[in-house]
Amino acid sequence: MNSTPSSPATSPAPFVSNPRVRRKLRQERIAQAVFATMVVLMLLPLLGILVYLVVRGAPLISWEFLTTNPSKGMTAGGIWSALLGTVWLVVVSLAFSAPIGVLAAVYLNEYAKDNWFTRVVNLAVVNLAGVPSIVHALFGLGAFVLFFGMGRSILAASLTLAVMTMPVVITATREALGAVPMSFREACWNVGATRWQTIRRIVLPNAVSGILTGVILEISRKAGETVPIMFTGAVFFRAIPEGDLFAYRLTDQCMALSMHLYTVTTQVTGAPAALPFAVATVLILAIILINATSIAIRAWLRSHRKW
Amino acid sequence: MHDSPPKIKVEQFSSWYGDKPVHKEISFHVRANEVLGIIGPAQSGKTTLLRAINRTLELTAGARSTGTIQVDGEDVRWVANVYELRRKIGMVAPLPVGLPLTIYDNVAFAPRCAGLSRKSDLDALVEKCLRQAALWDEVKDRLDSLGTKLSGGQQQRLTIARALSHQPEILCLDEFSIAIDPVTTMRIEEVLKELRKDITIILVTNLTQQARRLADRTMFLWNGEIIQLDRSEVIFSENPGNQKTYDYVHGIFG
Repeated sequence: MNSTPSSPATSPAPFVSNPRVRRKLRQERIAQAVFATMVVLMLLPLLGILVYLVVRGAPLISWEFLTTNPSKGMTAGGIWSALLGTVWLVVVSLAFSAPIGVLAAVYLNEYAKDNWFTRVVNLAVVNLAGVPSIVHALFGLGAFVLFFGMGRSILAASLTLAVMTMPVVITATREALGAVPMSFREACWNVGATRWQTIRRIVLPNAVSGILTGVILEISRKAGETVPIMFTGAVFFRAIPEGDLFAYRLTDQCMALSMHLYTVTTQVTGAPAALPFAVATVLILAIILINATSIAIRAWLRSHRKW
Repeated sequence: MHDSPPKIKVEQFSSWYGDKPVHKEISFHVRANEVLGIIGPAQSGKTTLLRAINRTLELTAGARSTGTIQVDGEDVRWVANVYELRRKIGMVAPLPVGLPLTIYDNVAFAPRCAGLSRKSDLDALVEKCLRQAALWDEVKDRLDSLGTKLSGGQQQRLTIARALSHQPEILCLDEFSIAIDPVTTMRIEEVLKELRKDITIILVTNLTQQARRLADRTMFLWNGEIIQLDRSEVIFSENPGNQKTYDYVHGIFG
């Protein structure tokens, strides 16, 4: 700072601290420390759960554990039928909720005028997200299992999960669409593009990363739910052919990881102590894997962002 | 010039955003192949007027209007195909909008939406429009790079190229020179002087000198009303015949 023009005699040198400045700096340090502490407090239980689960469950986990059915009253064997059941529930449910959710969100964001009807719809979506899962379970039981006569089945359970997680994908899609600048749409309309041409060529390609994130979040939510499937299609035990990915049919009842965890923890006596932890570890690792994929895809798409 | 029917005819046009009035029963017309300058301070309804002509105003929530706007004798409200109407009118917004596509695709966007797909036709059209917008020489070697990565001035010329890409009969420029440097502005003004032989131009501008240079007639729009519409020589003369116009043009508008 030797280029300072004013002489030290007439004005204080720059950057000299005085009590007020020192107080500000102290506050700054305290604020930063408080926020950092909160991050640690947040991470502790998260890491605690993960480490505890893996340490206690890992000894049981092996390829065989993943690919064999439970046996001997679920005190031995693996988790194959539960793992495959969860995959089926997630995939079937996604086949309903992802297209409906994404397309409905496109309509709400790109076509619908702002009037009382769309405001009611928006309110409904938000409230649907806040409905407890037991209520969804009862709805699924009443509507899909009984009224539509699907019985307790993969189909009924998947539809229940689809209804429950729809708000996630609708909200994420709307946010992604909303992030595409309005000026892009106006530029398209000005040159005579229809709304659909604008959506297909400009809006959707630039919203796809956000939409994917929503869909993937939805997957992990579906995989973790217990109560809705318990009422509508999941069973305590079912043996299926090992190694066959299509061992279930839509009308079958199935096992599921989340439900299996509940079973081996509370309903089974004589199971090895590590068993619940092993099931939980598999479930959590699966969800972490799905979320990590989501983050990776989003990062990749962001780096290819075009504006 | 007076013999030909007006290209655009606006009659008793009023508009509102919600309860807020914008235009108050304005009437005027634009002759074929003339350059009509529109000057006026912010909030006087210049942009809204352009958006009413190509019927993009109705895409804004809460906007409504009364009165008629005719393009080539046809009421825009009842045109059979609004997309055809919008293609007839090239629109350039104040801030450049490069679509998140390649330079080539930015210009080919509108023709493709209109159904043109032959590569050779598109190539020729893209080159012609980029040349007209004085951008061809700078981008001809990188047509497949992103339009959004161009500089502001280049993006504005890209926007103009896009507005010309659907071969409009009317070109509306809404303060096109706000985001670009004086040299580029002059180059585009040269382009406009070329284009006026074939198309009708509406030039909204806050640079009164620009209107004086380019416009055959100039309209002073203020607070949603036409204060004066006359030949540019009159508007920018020492005695336009209207005190408000004189004050505005000479920068002593209070």
